[in-house]
Amino acid sequence: MRAIRKLASVAVAGVLAMTVASCAESDRGEGGEGGGEGEETTFTFGAAGAPEMFDPLYATDGETFRVTRQMFEGLLGIKPGSAEVVPELATEWTSNEEGTEWTFTLRDDVTFHDGEPFNAEAVCANFERMFDQNEAGQVAAEYWGYVMGGFANAPEDSLYQGCEASDEYEAMVTISRATSGFPTMLTLESLSMQSPKAMEEGDANGIATEGEGFSFPDYAQNPQGTGPFKFVEYDQATGAIELETNDDYWGEAPASDKLVFRVIPDESTRRQELEAGSIDGYDLPNPADWPGLEEGGNQVEVRDPFNIFYLGLNPEANPQLKDLKVRQALYYALDRDQLVSTQLPEGAQVATQFMPSTVSGYNSELQPYAYDPDKAKQLLKEAGAEGMTLTFAYPTEVSRPYMPDPQQLYEALRTNLEAVGIRVDVKTASWNGGYLDNVTAGKYDAYLLGWTGDYDAAFNFVGTFFGNLKENDFGTEVMPWGKQLADDLQAADAIVDEDERAAEFERINQQIMEEYLPGLPISHSPPALVVGGDVEGVIPSPLTAEEFDTVSVGGR
Amino acid sequence: MVRFIVRRLMQMAVVLAVLSILLFLWLKALPGGPVSAILGERATPARRAALETALGLDQPVYVQYSRFITRALQGDFGASTGVLPGEDAFQVFLIRLPATVELSFFAILVAIALGIPLGYFAAKRHGSPLDSGAVVLSLIGVAVPVFFTAFLLKYFVAVEWNLLPVSGRQDPGLEATRVTGFFVLDGLLTREWDAAWDAIKHLILPTLALATIPFAVIFRITRAAVLDTLDADYVRTAEAKGLTASVIRRRHVLRNAMLPVVTTIGLQVGGLLAGAILTETVFSFPGIGDALAQSYREKDYAVLQVLVLAAAAIFVIVNLLVDIAYAVIDPRIRTR
Amino acid sequence: MGASSYADQRKNRIDDLAATSVDDSAGVSLIVSAWRRLRRNPVFLLGLTITVLFVLLAVVSPWLAPHDPTSPLLLDKVRPQSNPVPGPEPGFPLGADARGRDLLSRLLVGSRQTLIVGVLATVFGLIGGLVLGTLSGALGGWIDSVVMRIVDVMLSIPSLLLAFTIAAMAPRPSQTTLIIAIAIIQVPIFARLLRGTMLAQRNSDHVLAARALGVKPAAIVFRHMLPNAMGPVIVQATLVLAVAIIDAASLSFLGLGNPDERQPEWGQMLGASQRFIYDHPHLAFYPAICIIVVALGFTLMGEALREALDPKSRR
Repeated sequence: MRAIRKLASVAVAGVLAMTVASCAESDRGEGGEGGGEGEETTFTFGAAGAPEMFDPLYATDGETFRVTRQMFEGLLGIKPGSAEVVPELATEWTSNEEGTEWTFTLRDDVTFHDGEPFNAEAVCANFERMFDQNEAGQVAAEYWGYVMGGFANAPEDSLYQGCEASDEYEAMVTISRATSGFPTMLTLESLSMQSPKAMEEGDANGIATEGEGFSFPDYAQNPQGTGPFKFVEYDQATGAIELETNDDYWGEAPASDKLVFRVIPDESTRRQELEAGSIDGYDLPNPADWPGLEEGGNQVEVRDPFNIFYLGLNPEANPQLKDLKVRQALYYALDRDQLVSTQLPEGAQVATQFMPSTVSGYNSELQPYAYDPDKAKQLLKEAGAEGMTLTFAYPTEVSRPYMPDPQQLYEALRTNLEAVGIRVDVKTASWNGGYLDNVTAGKYDAYLLGWTGDYDAAFNFVGTFFGNLKENDFGTEVMPWGKQLADDLQAADAIVDEDERAAEFERINQQIMEEYLPGLPISHSPPALVVGGDVEGVIPSPLTAEEFDTVSVGGR
Repeated sequence: MVRFIVRRLMQMAVVLAVLSILLFLWLKALPGGPVSAILGERATPARRAALETALGLDQPVYVQYSRFITRALQGDFGASTGVLPGEDAFQVFLIRLPATVELSFFAILVAIALGIPLGYFAAKRHGSPLDSGAVVLSLIGVAVPVFFTAFLLKYFVAVEWNLLPVSGRQDPGLEATRVTGFFVLDGLLTREWDAAWDAIKHLILPTLALATIPFAVIFRITRAAVLDTLDADYVRTAEAKGLTASVIRRRHVLRNAMLPVVTTIGLQVGGLLAGAILTETVFSFPGIGDALAQSYREKDYAVLQVLVLAAAAIFVIVNLLVDIAYAVIDPRIRTR
Repeated sequence: MGASSYADQRKNRIDDLAATSVDDSAGVSLIVSAWRRLRRNPVFLLGLTITVLFVLLAVVSPWLAPHDPTSPLLLDKVRPQSNPVPGPEPGFPLGADARGRDLLSRLLVGSRQTLIVGVLATVFGLIGGLVLGTLSGALGGWIDSVVMRIVDVMLSIPSLLLAFTIAAMAPRPSQTTLIIAIAIIQVPIFARLLRGTMLAQRNSDHVLAARALGVKPAAIVFRHMLPNAMGPVIVQATLVLAVAIIDAASLSFLGLGNPDERQPEWGQMLGASQRFIYDHPHLAFYPAICIIVVALGFTLMGEALREALDPKSRR
């Protein structure tokens, strides 16, 4: 009796397996596997997080941009290995005298991945598409909103005013006022050129909010650009994104046939995968790992620092900070040389102002505030602020290019401040679990933050910090010079002549450091990238915007 | 029986509804969330406010909840902001579920294969060095945190000796065909043997790490159950009757000892999810546990919420299935 | 009934223990005979030794530690690339951590916070369980059913998952949230245990005698029933302490521990070591081994005690 039941169940299982098997067909390409000499070359990169989607307009994070950068190009590009603006899809550009009408001459040998031609009409279609966003799109198109200031529903706020195809390969873009950011901002990955036809078919602007996030249209999962690589697929179950060579690319053909991005959220696992040879590189290795990685035969590519790490101060939160002597005392109390040598990777520099030296407008005459605890104590005494209490915060669960380990940096700075008799009230919150909210809401007297430049423009640094009087993290609104500084910055940004503009920013930088000191610039850190020993052709970018078309593995 | 199941399912619905309200309110009260995640350093009060309005975060909480529940009933649980950004949170759960099921299945299999024989022999030689040794071993298994076991396995086997893959579920270069989402099964069904083998290789280390928990329990229960039955009157009687040892073992000891063991195995399945949080994190194994830890780190509240609710639902269902299975195995329960 | 079976499993273990509170072979001789058996049990003695050493260490470690565990004495030797973690040198036998703080001192002093987290979590869990268990055991009726219903639901969820969820709900991680999260998962265990002891004793001779003598119910509970429950409670607390220490380490590993490094704790040290785990695994090994040894100590002692008190194993 029991034996029969057993037999029956075996039979049922067998039939079931056969039925399922008969509908499961392998959809691998025939003959694709195990091919000997004609084998494809693949560069596999370990990503720290899953990409949001693949439409750069709506992207906000580095993980997404790293993937889209390989597939898309802008009118203007960046020379590999620098922050310098170079021609990309536009070969040259000129403006009228006021700097408000810009004419771009386009390449005439470019097609999109879907075979559509790239021309002036396509350029204008792109601008109009980015400009004309629905309610959800206006917040999702984060970078456009940030650099252009507005969308089609409120054109008066917008820098962008219109685009006209004056010739098949000549497009004219009108902007509302001259600014140092234009046309440099066209190097931003978000403002890349995409196929108008594919965008229309995939309803590219059909973004919507879903709960507390966004749901993206079909197009965002099947993007069509002009770059050296084309999108193949994104396998969410394994977290792997695959790109392949664009055979019709106008420039030099990429050195690898395939690019694969593998999502590995844990950093030590990324490192182990690299050591095991299953990935060929990953971004932002922990500085503590650099020597070990190099010993293991890997190449640590250190980028030039294009960032600033600062200790922000907010006089709105603590009126004692309104006194310049107090702010200077805090600055003299910090042993930044020790901090840079013991807590930051080699190549990090002590900052003298709120921008790195590669940005035009950097004032090379400024000297760093020296470490002088006695002077700090004396200044505090003069200001009657001895033994003052400072609410000083740092973020947890985050690592930024300018601040590899916030807690370690915090501990060092806190020790310095306590050494001159300041009572530190320790505050902490996780990066996106309240820290940034509290910083913008002015809840901390002092806090750690920084900035990585979007492109080579002084206003992108100091303008971001102090250019907006009403809304900035330094509470400059309550300072007597706050309005003057904001106005000066806006005026400097509108200077059309580059040399004149740079000179004005140099003057402002000096004034900020010597007369205002709204916050305490600490350091610039070089973020690194690591690739295996057999990888060739990686050109580290200070903007952390590497293009992988020159990269090959094993010299193949 | 049917009435019993229906009542339990209704209880489950009520529990989940209450839990969803509590969870929603609680998550709303937490600082931070998607706005900071999206804006980063570029956050200003104005941009923050615009984003909050667009996402409906400026509405009163009860409005937000009623919107959430209305949408949830239509199968729309809110988009993930961190784990798989843009994907519906429930979809994230579905994409990640097969990985955890696969991992738990193999972990239970290993735990049974080791726990039952070891428990049986330890009981047979009660008080011998083998017995004490096995007991101490199982206690060490309890005392060593799972993530540490996992780390040791990864560090030595995968990294130092390079015998097995470090992380993930499958080598993306294989371009395996997906059918069910269970990679080993998929490989077998589509006859992509290399894909199946690769998936198994990725499973070995996480499986061993995770199996330490159910192993210790199964071993202990088996040992106790066999000890009890060895002592039981009917075994003594059988011995007195002069039956051979192997017959006693098969007919009396094992069969009777298996009842508590079988239920334990069923019950351990629920407990595995807790261990999976740690194991999957160490091996970056893209399952539910990894998603849970990641959604916490990245404040992906949509996913956190769905996963906690789903985990609660899974426990209730697993417990229900176990109760039913128990009733089937043990006729005495049925009459209750 | 509705009680889920995963819970049944854990409940049975708890109920067996609760039953040991009614052994009418009279209290004193029970303890004496238990001790007689335990004295010769190597497992118990090993567990006891570890536990006693650990507690002693936690008490005296601040005087034992060669350096201040929070001051960055070797910071000048720290170079993020070439020397992120200073190695051993005279006066610093285990070297320092990434902030130049003496590792040995941190390990020694860390025992104290580890003990505090474990003990406080257990004590709070015990208090919660005591209130709920005594109430429902002593009062019975609908309070009993409601309380036990909640306890059953909590027991049906794997404890670490519950602790993770509770800790994840806090605005920010801290030592307090860690202790609370772990304490809450212990409440149902103690509640069930104490209720079990109350029920078991309700019809025992000494309670019946007291009742016949007209002793007030409250006095019966506090003077007669609770003291008898102490044996099982102590056994359970020992086992729970081990689990609490492991769970604390697990939560720290997931980033839910105490972020304030001025209070070194083994779980926190283990969590912080993740950044350096590849090139400097000793940072992880030392605290991990400490945790394992201590957890093993409590577990061995608890299991041995449990067996000694269990009438079934006394044959």
